[in-house]
Amino acid sequence: MKKVKALVVTGFGINCEEEMAAAYRLAGAEAVICHLNDVFAGKISIRDFDVLNFPGGFAFGDDLGSGKVLSNKMKFKKMPDGSLFLDEIRKFLSEGKFILGVCNGFQFLVKMGLLPDVEGKWQQEVTLTRNNSAKFEDRWVWCKVNPNSKTPFLKGIDVLPLPVRHGEGKLIIGDEKIEKGILEKGLNCLSYCDAEGNVTGEYPLNPNGADLNCAGLTNETGQVFGLMPHPEAFLSLYNHPNWGQLKRRNPNVSEDGEGLKIFKNIVEYIISRKERKDANRNE
Amino acid sequence: MKNQIQLVLKENVRDVAGEKIRQEATDFLQIDTGKVKTGKIFNVLYDLQPAEIEKFANLGLKDEIIHDVYINSFYQNPQFKTFVLISKLPGVTDDEGISAQKTLNDILDRNLEVSTQHIYTDDIYLFEKDLSDAELKDLSEQMLYNKLIQHFEFGKFTGRIEYIPEVKIQSDERVRIIDLNISDDELMQLSKDMLLSLNLEEMKAIRAYFADEKVKAYRQRKNLPENPTDCEMEVLAQTWSEHCKHKEFSAMIDYENKETGEKLTIDSMFKTYIRKSTEIIRERLEKAGNNWLLKIFTDNAGVVKIDDEKVFVWKVETHNSPSAIDPYGGAITGILGNNRDPLGTGIGGGKLLFNTNVLCFGSPFYDKELLPGQLHPRRIFEGVRHGIEDGGNKSGIPTVNGSIIFDDRYSGKPLVYCGTGGVMPYRFNGVNSWLKPIDAGDLIIMAGGRVGKDGIHGATFSSAEIDEHSPQSAVQIGSPITQKLVSDFMQEAVVAGLIKSSTDNGAGGLSSSVGELATISGGAVINLEKVPLKYANLKPWEIFISESQERMTFVVTKDKKEALFDLAKEREVELSDLGYFTDDGFIDVRYDGKSVAFLNMEFLHEGVPRKYLEAVWEKPELHEPQLPENLDYNDILLQLMGSLNICSRENVIRQYDHEVKGKTTIKPLMGPKGKAPQDAAVMRFDFDSFAGIAVSNGILPRYSDIDAFQMSAGAFDEAVRQIIAVGGKLPDPEDKTNRFWTVNDNFCTPDSAYDPVTNPDGKLKLAKLVQMNQALFEMSTYFNIPMTSGKDSMKNDFKAGKIKISVPPTILYSMVAKVDDVRRTVTSDFKADGDLIYQIGKTYDELGASEFYKLFDELGANVPQVHKENARRIYEKVMLANEQNLIESNHDISDGGLAVAVTESAFGGGFGAEIELAKFTDLDLKAILFAESHSRFICSIKPENRARFEAIFGDDAMLLGEVTSEEKLSVKFQKNEVINIEMNKLRTAWEKGLM
Repeated sequence: MKKVKALVVTGFGINCEEEMAAAYRLAGAEAVICHLNDVFAGKISIRDFDVLNFPGGFAFGDDLGSGKVLSNKMKFKKMPDGSLFLDEIRKFLSEGKFILGVCNGFQFLVKMGLLPDVEGKWQQEVTLTRNNSAKFEDRWVWCKVNPNSKTPFLKGIDVLPLPVRHGEGKLIIGDEKIEKGILEKGLNCLSYCDAEGNVTGEYPLNPNGADLNCAGLTNETGQVFGLMPHPEAFLSLYNHPNWGQLKRRNPNVSEDGEGLKIFKNIVEYIISRKERKDANRNE
Repeated sequence: MKNQIQLVLKENVRDVAGEKIRQEATDFLQIDTGKVKTGKIFNVLYDLQPAEIEKFANLGLKDEIIHDVYINSFYQNPQFKTFVLISKLPGVTDDEGISAQKTLNDILDRNLEVSTQHIYTDDIYLFEKDLSDAELKDLSEQMLYNKLIQHFEFGKFTGRIEYIPEVKIQSDERVRIIDLNISDDELMQLSKDMLLSLNLEEMKAIRAYFADEKVKAYRQRKNLPENPTDCEMEVLAQTWSEHCKHKEFSAMIDYENKETGEKLTIDSMFKTYIRKSTEIIRERLEKAGNNWLLKIFTDNAGVVKIDDEKVFVWKVETHNSPSAIDPYGGAITGILGNNRDPLGTGIGGGKLLFNTNVLCFGSPFYDKELLPGQLHPRRIFEGVRHGIEDGGNKSGIPTVNGSIIFDDRYSGKPLVYCGTGGVMPYRFNGVNSWLKPIDAGDLIIMAGGRVGKDGIHGATFSSAEIDEHSPQSAVQIGSPITQKLVSDFMQEAVVAGLIKSSTDNGAGGLSSSVGELATISGGAVINLEKVPLKYANLKPWEIFISESQERMTFVVTKDKKEALFDLAKEREVELSDLGYFTDDGFIDVRYDGKSVAFLNMEFLHEGVPRKYLEAVWEKPELHEPQLPENLDYNDILLQLMGSLNICSRENVIRQYDHEVKGKTTIKPLMGPKGKAPQDAAVMRFDFDSFAGIAVSNGILPRYSDIDAFQMSAGAFDEAVRQIIAVGGKLPDPEDKTNRFWTVNDNFCTPDSAYDPVTNPDGKLKLAKLVQMNQALFEMSTYFNIPMTSGKDSMKNDFKAGKIKISVPPTILYSMVAKVDDVRRTVTSDFKADGDLIYQIGKTYDELGASEFYKLFDELGANVPQVHKENARRIYEKVMLANEQNLIESNHDISDGGLAVAVTESAFGGGFGAEIELAKFTDLDLKAILFAESHSRFICSIKPENRARFEAIFGDDAMLLGEVTSEEKLSVKFQKNEVINIEMNKLRTAWEKGLM
């Protein structure tokens, strides 16, 4: 059985590529870290992979607003054969593959128009901008999974703690039509909540003042998933700020971090789908 | 041809930045701005068609959800009566402009030149209120702008913006000859006029060199004049600066201790105490066959062995003077510059693992009148904090711990200590990574940012006092993104074997980096016309000593050059081939083929005259204070929790990313609510093993008012006990598991060179420095904990006219120790109610210089003393208890004493505590609660482990009470309840201390 292949892009100020790759390896996949210019130059094709990952960081220093310069590059940059990188992504998704963007990667997916894509046009519908606190903040938050969400990344998860580390994570939805679309289709797959799972706008439980208290979005097919919190920063129990008491209360607590579940989910999903395909072929 | 584009937020979008400015103007300046609207302006100097500008503005810059865009016109609205416009001064880094240039290329699919500035950005602020010019000026100067790097306009907005900070330099004579055949007075005037910071003796040594017949002869052969060129004088001044040569740490010192009658002649404090202590430890390690000290003092950073696969490399530096005049720029260049040290050690290209920062400021509530050129401590604090945030966060390096000390003696010059650790493979392509091989013929390749006038005279400037006329070129702004690209590129290039050695370009620029590398091969030839410039018409000497940031220098063999340049092109990093190394003993600096400096390497590096200094110690007359009777201990504890040096740093900590890389396991704040302050940070190296490190910082400047030796020894102990607290283990030369410890010592002192007029107490200050060194030697050799690198900053005085603000003598010990298994470390917060609370270690009647006395504005006399034998015994017991998993929580006792430590452990875990101070028989309650005696901990254990715990500790631990679920602190002493207060109140006081 071939391993699931994850591509983790880096370069230009992206800085969470190592933990992202580690997440996939710990989830049983094969992970390749590669500079975006090698993708643009055609040295590596995204279509050789099952999951394409845009990690967190500060691409181009977030100088023109988070994710902006990178999304311009993606939208306008021509590949050596004259095609746009965007067309590669279109083909990639049409093959049923997956895209994950975390933090800066999420900001970039939103600015590219890949998320939430209510209208299916790949045009920017929402944005992620300065936190209401006017500050970059590193703090742990609770996230509630929308039960209506269909994305395989979040399967079987109800509430999970994760760190946020951003200054521009406040989701603003362009207009009511888009908001309605997001809610109807359950695209707001992840929301800030309290420890009991009640979605809330109270600071700092909602650390940035996001519309709908939204922490993450998917597209309608669930193939594209983006979130502000960092699941790749919670691969081990010992990443959690309260690991001491968690271990004391339950000496047999798993040493895996809860963020790892998201990566295991997608890897398992891809494997099971491959198995299904193989089975179909054998019939 | 100029196009202007403005972005403003749409009317229905909250202007968070504007709200913040409005709030701060109200809070700090009592100015009511009314509503504030912010905007960004891009001045585009490329020659573009209207349709191209339209496309660029709407697709490239605008966020369509939140922005309105104006092209060649500006947002105007009668609701806003006044404005302030902030632009950069010519030549100041404008990263937003550069990023806009890159995106312009992508959008238009063009190949416009982007490595020099063609798009200039401004910030505009519109205010609802009709503010007076005086108010707008005050607002700008206090909050929005810094005259050293920015231009500002204000008043009623006319709808036009004319200012563009293009750099225009008139080209004049390229090389000037400096006549040294002048009187002594004139020599000194020359040193001053050229900002050389060289004293008379040094100027005379230079004159003597150029008068030497042999020198004359080879200069003639090189077609150089007998007198030096401006470039030669600048190179000498830079190389001989205090910053680079550490002249006071190398000086001959006559030391007299009038308290003991001891007299000593010290032949270099560095050699006698710092290097010697490490050499002694290295001998012990070698003797036992366990030497993990791979590189000490001889490179940009020290290197120790982690295991057969990897090495640890780290460095802590200061960036005080630049931070005093431009706090943001000073701190960000400090942290980025310090990142380049481990990056440029040995072959270079290590992966940076963490940053740590220790900061000393005046009180943010400072209410004395500011001197000319002095910034308010709150502004320095905020600027430095912001610089560290951007420097760390944007580089993807977690800021894992640190410390902030407040004392008004830091209100002139703050101290900004920046530390960075990294990991290198043990070998790159078969070569030990920490080696720095260079041979004649190897190429000198520069990478990274372009060169401008930035930071010229930075190295000499930081050796001098700041005054109101400090030169503008002393300020530099960092570009973390430029450096991130260089750093990523280096990591790839070293693995591919394309780089033979590397170093960073820091203070002194190419002069320093190439000058130092050339000592390895024995010479170098550099062609300055090949250095890529930010703007035209720099003089050769300016190019050579410019401190423009984000540059590394690589040593590259000829056969690797092409592959290196190819990779750089793919990674969008600019490289330039500047020359080659030689072995003829000379540094030959050329411009367009003609030598502009030709100096003998030995004279350059060894020719600086030794300093002779005097140090005299006299014990100050001090006594213990009389405090009021019947103190209200609830109230005192509340005051202590809210006091500046104890209260929460959460607001600062959370603005630093402390967990990027996913390897931090003990962060600065832990516990169920993230409120428990920790003693040391713990990180793992990798995702497939649990081995890691603990990182701590020890600093106790207040203690130097009583006893500089105990201050230094105490700070050392503090850093050690913090690592022990989290579960670290003391080093042992016999240990076979490579349990390394590595320390950076950082001395920051006021001017300690005696002068009857300008520094009458210089001898006493120097005596304190000697004692700090003696303590360093004693502690490090006793514990076998070696210095591997360090720094000194010797002139931390702020002068304005006749007024001088000098820092107290300060030493920071930054320590890293290997941790076998991060899963077995211990955090400071209590874990469960019913657990037993113990004090480990002994309290003495030592309230001198304590935070408690400070509440009463008293210093006292009984400063805490380090009892190193007791300390070691106690630490070994803690290690043993941890091996048996007996300790549930452990917190070192420091500022504020036992009472503060118990409080923090309790609210950190979401508990309370019931304490009975029955076992202290011979001490006053004040000392029991608040003394800061060293080598102590507050720990908690499970009740069932009591017998085993007590069997280990015996008299070295005493039971204080237990953890309670009721969140309240109760302390009984001699049957009276002396403290009874809700945790909530204590925590709130702690959280509000800086607000």
